[in-house]
Amino acid sequence: MAPLIKIRDLHFNRGDKVIFSGVDIDIYQGKVTAIMGPSGTGKTTLLKLIGGQLKPDRGSIEVDGQNVHKLSHSKLYELRKRMGMLFQSGALLTDINVFENVAFPLREHTKLPESMIRDLVLMKLQAVGLRNARDLMPAELSGGMARRVALARAVTLDPMMIMYDEPFTGQDPISMGTLVNLIRRLNDAMGLTSIIVSHDVAETTQIADEIYLLSGGKVIEQGTPETLKNSGSEWVKQFLQGLPDGPVPFHYPGNEFKKDLLNAEEKR
Amino acid sequence: MNSKRSTEILVGLFVAAGIAALFVLAMKVSNLGDFTDEKGYEVVAHFQNIGGLKARSPVTMAGVRVGRVTSISLDPDSYDAKVTINIYPQYDNIPIDTSASIFTAGLLGEQYISLSPGADDFFLQDGDIIDLTQPAVVLEQVIGQFLYSTAEGE
Amino acid sequence: MIELLRSLGGWGINTFQRLGRGHIFLMQMLAGVPSSVFRFSLVIQQLFYVGVLSILIILISGLFVGMVLGLQGYNTLVDFGAEESLGVLVSLSLVRELGPVVSALLFAGRAGSALTAEIGLMKSTEQLSGMEMMAVDPMRRIIAPRFLAGLISMPLLAAIFSAVGILGGFLVGHGLLGVDDGAFWSQMQAKTDWYEDILNGVVKSIVFGFVVTWIALFEGYDASPTSEGVGRATTRTVVHSAFAILGLDFVLTALMFGDI
Repeated sequence: MAPLIKIRDLHFNRGDKVIFSGVDIDIYQGKVTAIMGPSGTGKTTLLKLIGGQLKPDRGSIEVDGQNVHKLSHSKLYELRKRMGMLFQSGALLTDINVFENVAFPLREHTKLPESMIRDLVLMKLQAVGLRNARDLMPAELSGGMARRVALARAVTLDPMMIMYDEPFTGQDPISMGTLVNLIRRLNDAMGLTSIIVSHDVAETTQIADEIYLLSGGKVIEQGTPETLKNSGSEWVKQFLQGLPDGPVPFHYPGNEFKKDLLNAEEKR
Repeated sequence: MNSKRSTEILVGLFVAAGIAALFVLAMKVSNLGDFTDEKGYEVVAHFQNIGGLKARSPVTMAGVRVGRVTSISLDPDSYDAKVTINIYPQYDNIPIDTSASIFTAGLLGEQYISLSPGADDFFLQDGDIIDLTQPAVVLEQVIGQFLYSTAEGE
Repeated sequence: MIELLRSLGGWGINTFQRLGRGHIFLMQMLAGVPSSVFRFSLVIQQLFYVGVLSILIILISGLFVGMVLGLQGYNTLVDFGAEESLGVLVSLSLVRELGPVVSALLFAGRAGSALTAEIGLMKSTEQLSGMEMMAVDPMRRIIAPRFLAGLISMPLLAAIFSAVGILGGFLVGHGLLGVDDGAFWSQMQAKTDWYEDILNGVVKSIVFGFVVTWIALFEGYDASPTSEGVGRATTRTVVHSAFAILGLDFVLTALMFGDI
């Protein structure tokens, strides 16, 4: 089976900083694929590259057989209708209520009658358990609720895939559990393809079918959660178990501490 | 949807107020109101000097406005100013030997054309030329003449 | 010395880069305008925020500017025995200069800064990015309607400002200082020209509306997505708009009235 998303030899720099240098990733239909790595490895950047909001310096990204960065403006927008994305902050529109937020893609892209929009929106809100919160404004929602509303909005157009940007960050245990559960359930019930970008090891390994570990602009390791757990690599072990010191040093690289103490006059 | 309705009403009021303000500026403040001058007949007068006369300066007879200057140009043959005047249609009995002078309203005011009627039985018609004209009084010339004559008198 | 040159060069490059980005932004924005004409309800909504909410400040400022003009003008004119010309003085200063310029400055402070803050906040909370990923072009959905609203509002606000100002001048001139009301209006009408003065003033205010809204939207769109960045962008909107308004006013005045 051909992968739904095929990333080949991806290079991307931001200013002088190298974010990706030669990344290959395959994401298969119907699977939950997790992209993991320490903060600052450009995981969010990867999602923006897939969504066509950023252009790679080299390499290609194909989604459903189309090269994202060679599409015309209108073709790209056509493709994006079939992509859902859940932003870290939820990115709800703050001047309209929950119902209108979920209805937004329908109103923008379809000419459905009001009664049908209402039914569709309530269905999606029911799926995330927030049907009765439909009249609240985004400012009145907790972080977890906002993310669930955003999730409902991301699936209103019944996309083929959905991208989650750090869905678990900053959630209390209960809403974390709700979200983990929801992501898996939605994926299976709607036949979605999910991409999760995260550094929360426990939650991600719980639901991912396939994990890619990114660091230093490259894929360090890939495989099912089991393969990764049994990986011999020191780095993988450190990341998955959250050890404070290892191949990734605790100290920011530079002079030795002893030397710094002795050269007290160096910086007056 | 009630707030949407009131938004629309307020926007409507805003746009109406803006247009009304423009209308007030046009009619009450500017001379656009005078633009609705009825089209009468045009006559031409040649002046040696028009001073500060401009297009759309008033044309009066016995102090009553009877028309307006439509255009001013230089006659290439005689090198004097050719002033075209639009006279309102109700004043169709102005004698053909009427004379035109350029006066100033007040000491420093704007300049206008004053017509003084002649006694002929024929009346001015479209395209006619007013022969008797008196040029604008240019203040500098008057002062110059005055200084000259006082110097001569001594 | 080298340091100074380097920072100067860096500053220059940054300035040109921003200038370039601003114009690319303008092109994208203008490309989005036609589609927002077809969804005029979005523009109407923005007309409320941009135009209606600016009316109060315009009315009050216009009235007071006109009243001050009446007072000051009278004091000057009365020395020449020309106080009947007060109407001309008030109307020409308002219609040609103060109406378009002052209302544009007020507009930049009231509506421009609000636009920048709004767009900047939408950017920093990823709302613009989110819209893009929902296949909704923020240029068409968010930016273009606001631009059109600014373009429409500005001449209307300037006209209201001038009209109210002339009323203020009349109130002071006639009510307080006893200038003959017939002379006030008739002199004004004789000397204020519809094309030369009023329409040129309207053209000015359309240009100002274009520039102020453009600057405000660009600064918001280009703001660095932090609360500090949005704050700085808002300040820049007001400052740059003021520069642009006054600079353009000179150029436009020279073109329109300068006989160059």
